[in-house]
Amino acid sequence: MNAATLRHVRYVATQNPVTLAAFLMFSVLVLLALAGPWIAPYDPLASDTANALNPPSVRNWFGTDALGRDILSRIMVAARLDFGIAVSAVAVSFAIGATLGSLAGFFGGWADRIIARIADTIMAFPLFVLAMGIVAALGNTVANIVLATAIINLPFYIRVSRAEVNVRRNAGYVEAARLAGNSDLRVLALHVFPNVLPPMMVQISLNMGWAILNAAGLSFIGLGVRPPQAEWGIMVAEGATYIISGEWWVALFPGAVLMLAVFTFNLLGDGLRDVMDPRMRT
Amino acid sequence: MSLLEVRDLSLEFRTRSGTVRALEHINLEVVKGETVGIVGESGSGKSVLCFAVLRILDAAARITSGSIAFAGMDVLRASESSLQQVRGREISMIFQNPRTALNPIRRVGRQIEDVLATHSATLREQLKPKAIEALAKVRIPDPDRRYLAYPFELSGGQCQRVMIALALACDPQLLIADEPTTGLDVTTQAAIMQLVSDLARERGMATILITHDLALASEYCDRIVVMHAGHVVETAPTAALFRAPAHPYTARLIASTPAPGQSIATLASVPGNLPDLRRADLPSCRFQERCERALPECVTDGLPTTIADSGHLVRCFNPL
Repeated sequence: MNAATLRHVRYVATQNPVTLAAFLMFSVLVLLALAGPWIAPYDPLASDTANALNPPSVRNWFGTDALGRDILSRIMVAARLDFGIAVSAVAVSFAIGATLGSLAGFFGGWADRIIARIADTIMAFPLFVLAMGIVAALGNTVANIVLATAIINLPFYIRVSRAEVNVRRNAGYVEAARLAGNSDLRVLALHVFPNVLPPMMVQISLNMGWAILNAAGLSFIGLGVRPPQAEWGIMVAEGATYIISGEWWVALFPGAVLMLAVFTFNLLGDGLRDVMDPRMRT
Repeated sequence: MSLLEVRDLSLEFRTRSGTVRALEHINLEVVKGETVGIVGESGSGKSVLCFAVLRILDAAARITSGSIAFAGMDVLRASESSLQQVRGREISMIFQNPRTALNPIRRVGRQIEDVLATHSATLREQLKPKAIEALAKVRIPDPDRRYLAYPFELSGGQCQRVMIALALACDPQLLIADEPTTGLDVTTQAAIMQLVSDLARERGMATILITHDLALASEYCDRIVVMHAGHVVETAPTAALFRAPAHPYTARLIASTPAPGQSIATLASVPGNLPDLRRADLPSCRFQERCERALPECVTDGLPTTIADSGHLVRCFNPL
């Protein structure tokens, strides 16, 4: 990160107000994920039955839940878990998916056929059901949620990287790199792959939102993270039963934050691509 | 002593619709320091020949006979890793379309550093000054600033200069220029060709200039090799070729090159098209069907190599 890069990031952000908003919301999420436990006003696990199901007030901005826990504090603390699951799942599927996809797209032939069919096979499942199955079979741990989310995201990375590498396989600069004495793998890693990164960034960002939704969804139906741990999906699930009796805040606030987080990642994609692409620098 | 020696090279592509015999019995010799032009219309095998010299070939290509020797190395038998040492260091190539031949998202300076780092024992701290020096050598104005430029920020002529800087960064012994000026306007074309020939002379570097522009070849080449449909039909010193072309195809090509003051209406063209190289019944002279001097033996008998003059070879039964 040098001064020119920072200047470029600032340029991209100010050029497009939507991108700026996305960057700002993203920074808030990152801040919560890093510092949530220290800046939360109350202990997220401390129950206080005397103050159960209090509506939003000055004392508890987002109200309290059935056990009297402060919902704002729980949302803030949960950011780290949800964010962590999404980031690690996306990182795992990006690393594996982009590698497999690039190899398939670059070398073609048998490798391509096998890898593409693996991707098709995963795509053939209803993905959320597949994730449920994986977590149910392997056990209810955070690591398994990450694994399940990574697996169901894999085909998207394989497909995008395969297609993007494939169209560049015979580009002039690839030929030139070969003629300059680079081996195939070097050409792929140093000359082709960097060109594929900008479109991949969009995929990564969209997938982050999707991964958060997926993790929350698994927890919502009782797989994955278990109570009393604070997690947005569980909080919505716990709050769902109180909507009918009028205590709307228990489910609304974690749900709204979840929605905002997904929305942020969806908006972030374009901005990230513009940051990655040197063609935007002039 | 010859630097590059291609002997009796035949190459074919096996495709689903048949075998394309893209090169047949090619002989080519390049001596240290000389500039050899390979001319011929599109599809005559000029580029395939050069890619074969570097042994960068499509998976469908098969070399069926012949040998390629470069500076004592048997290219067709050499290991892939020793070839990687040769490519970019001993033999470099510049292309027709410089804009696509540069990686669009990397700074041009970095791309030059890459080649230096792969092939020369340049120290890390030395890379940047060396890259800037390479840019300066190809007469790019303000090389310090251009070092940081991306290819899309440069004009076509500047991109070609960068390509040349890339190709010459490691002082190769042989430069293959594959239609280096096709995408450029005429004034840039002259400047680029002048640059290439100056640099070649300075370094004693041999050059193969692939072109379909005979005028260009006549100006810069010591010797010219004329190719037609995968055959070398004539090889001659430039002056001799233009003074007394021996092969009917060469004569046609020269007649179809416009001269100043000539009306376009009087320009001759070479009749017909290149034959389909997949055909099983190709005549032994592949120009036979387009040739007004064709004899019966052109279809059936093996092509003779006739010596028209010293260093002037022609493969024809009925030379001019």
